[in-house]
Amino acid sequence: MSVLRVRGLRHRYPDGTQALEGVDFELDAGECVAVLGANGSGKTTFVLHLNGLLEGEGSIEVCGIPVRKENLKQVRAKVGLVFQDSDEQLFMPTVLEDVAFGPMNFGIPPDQAIAGSRKALEQVGMGEAIRKAPYHLSGGEKRRVALAGVLVMNPEILVLDEPTTSLDPPAQRELLRLLRSLPQSKLVVTHDVALARGLASRAVFFEHGRIAAEGSVDEIAERFNWTPQSVSLDHR
Amino acid sequence: MHIPDGFLSAPVWGTFDLMAIPAVSAIARRAQRGIQERDIPLLGVMGAFVFAAQMINFPVGPGTSGHLVGGALLAIALGPAPAAIAMTAILAIQALVFQDGGVLALGANVFNMAIVGVLAGYLPYRAWSGVSRSFAVFAAGLLSVLASGCLALAELLVSGVPMPRHVLFISLGFFLMNAVIEGAITVAAIRAIERLNPRLLRSPQRSSSSLIAVMAVAAVVLAVAGILVASANPDGIEQLARAHAPAWLNSPLADYQVHGIESLWLRRAAAGVAGLVLIYGACVFTGKLIARRSV
Amino acid sequence: MHHVVVEQWSRARSPLHRREPRAKLGALLAFLIAVSTSDARAQPAFAAYAVLLGAAILASRLPAAALLRRAALVLPFSATFALITWWSGDPWRALALAEKSFLSGLAALLLIATTPVTDLMRGLEALRVPRMLILVIQFLYRYLFVISEQAQHMRLAAASRSGWRFRSAAGALAVLFARASERADGIYRAMLARGFSGRFPAFSRPHFHTADVVFLCASVSASAAIRLAL
Repeated sequence: MSVLRVRGLRHRYPDGTQALEGVDFELDAGECVAVLGANGSGKTTFVLHLNGLLEGEGSIEVCGIPVRKENLKQVRAKVGLVFQDSDEQLFMPTVLEDVAFGPMNFGIPPDQAIAGSRKALEQVGMGEAIRKAPYHLSGGEKRRVALAGVLVMNPEILVLDEPTTSLDPPAQRELLRLLRSLPQSKLVVTHDVALARGLASRAVFFEHGRIAAEGSVDEIAERFNWTPQSVSLDHR
Repeated sequence: MHIPDGFLSAPVWGTFDLMAIPAVSAIARRAQRGIQERDIPLLGVMGAFVFAAQMINFPVGPGTSGHLVGGALLAIALGPAPAAIAMTAILAIQALVFQDGGVLALGANVFNMAIVGVLAGYLPYRAWSGVSRSFAVFAAGLLSVLASGCLALAELLVSGVPMPRHVLFISLGFFLMNAVIEGAITVAAIRAIERLNPRLLRSPQRSSSSLIAVMAVAAVVLAVAGILVASANPDGIEQLARAHAPAWLNSPLADYQVHGIESLWLRRAAAGVAGLVLIYGACVFTGKLIARRSV
Repeated sequence: MHHVVVEQWSRARSPLHRREPRAKLGALLAFLIAVSTSDARAQPAFAAYAVLLGAAILASRLPAAALLRRAALVLPFSATFALITWWSGDPWRALALAEKSFLSGLAALLLIATTPVTDLMRGLEALRVPRMLILVIQFLYRYLFVISEQAQHMRLAAASRSGWRFRSAAGALAVLFARASERADGIYRAMLARGFSGRFPAFSRPHFHTADVVFLCASVSASAAIRLAL
């Protein structure tokens, strides 16, 4: 059963450059797919279409709902997007208010929204931080709160844009552990091949605005030489 | 230029608090076209930017540096009404969180810097951009700080803060110097922003009636200067009154009594305040004018 | 930034911290009005105001010396005007100027040192301050330190490279502006992604309890009594 179906997605930037040149993609329920590719290859542009933040040509269906202007709110309840910059995502003055922002936008009464938010924060291990200001959190903590803000809406699909950027190794491990425990279908845009290996059953490789290849994470990494460990210390 | 508490007399801060409340409410209630709740993050972040930018020092000479105030920059970048809200937010945080500027004096500070300062930072830009953009921006920065500074001085004078002639001139000179610096910083900043990404700034609507804009600028400047002169005049008379009738002049209700010499002071003070009301009216009028022309 | 200390203070616990933000605001306003309208020669009144603030400092369980030091930051500005006033032949007014500005500054500091900014904003909102202004202030405060840090980093980076000049400052300003603008776009996208459709959700309002009413009445009466009697 596919929760996400993309057909022929094309997008042109205002200045004329073609960002996406006909992308076809499918995500099945419970699957986790890694999205790899060079900076500027269209990965982030692609995921921004999935909840209607960007509009392009072609068709996108989320759990059978076509992503169109009329359905955006419905779609956004199903697709939880965790942005690359957590400081932009955590814009409310306290952690609790930020996580409750989503449910309250969907008309859930404040008490219920707050109760749900507390649960989501517990789930990501940030239950103690409810009254804290996001400014005082570390990178990893912010990422987890952002995730809670998305989980509280019970989405079908989790989309994560470079989730381990600027996290120290312990925080990276913690995030990986947390993500593995979540049942939602996942799409992870990342440069972190270790994360991809740990999470994804499948990977796609973006190049110049289209998917150049598909396969297991190892296959893709090998084919495109996508591991950072290619610098040899042996100079002989 | 942030007036702390303890300087302004009750009639002055009271009047300004009463004036600022409806003014800010009107602006905030989207009386000017085009501000919606979706713009709130932009206003907040821009306010944070100006706040942070105010702490950057601009070396202007050996051992001296100037700082941005930002009214003109915000007005040029966001438009006058959003800029007014952002400046009000900045002033509120400065007063409540950093004790920079008084709480009772907030109305006066908001009027000086968020309303008049922003308007005086926008009208020249609007009126003269066609002539020379750099000059228009420089004038905007300069007039913004000069207008707020003169108003602040006027409010202090009307409150009875003694200011001997030469101190007054030194203060004016000080404000003029800061005004020139603000103009220079604003121009440099705008130019640098345009070099970086021209799309970040909105271009001023070509005003088919820049005559009205020029008149509005002149009106604000003249009114401010006039108020300053009028407020400065009772100085000598006040000194006399103090010397000869200290007892009842210094009683708490002196401001409200109408006896002999004090009535003269009161009349001039009333004139000062009335003039300020006129400025306020001029600002609202020209503001509405701009809003209509923006359609 | 020194403000970090005030933030920590605001999250401490004490009888004063526990009071409702509107009650504290009301007490502050009453105090400020009393001080502002006090006659310059009413020195006993100023002493009494100081005692009142002393009691508030005790109730806040915050370090008095640090509070006084921070409140004293207003003094250089006031001292200048005070000197001018003294020199103009009005020593009482000069003294009153310094006393009034210091007492007012200390009182305002006590408010923010015992009330987290977010609670203060909730209080202001409950007092019918326009919602748009409250929200803008909220966002401003949220990103104030983020952007200030960026500014500091830029300053350090540029100063160590080519020295800090007018040009460098203008360039730094432009970059800060551009980043702020981008950030605003990012925030808006994040808002949309979580269902924002035009209005910010309203959160719960603070509630008055008996203790708050008692506190408010007591503070206002104390300020009024000093003002009228001394």
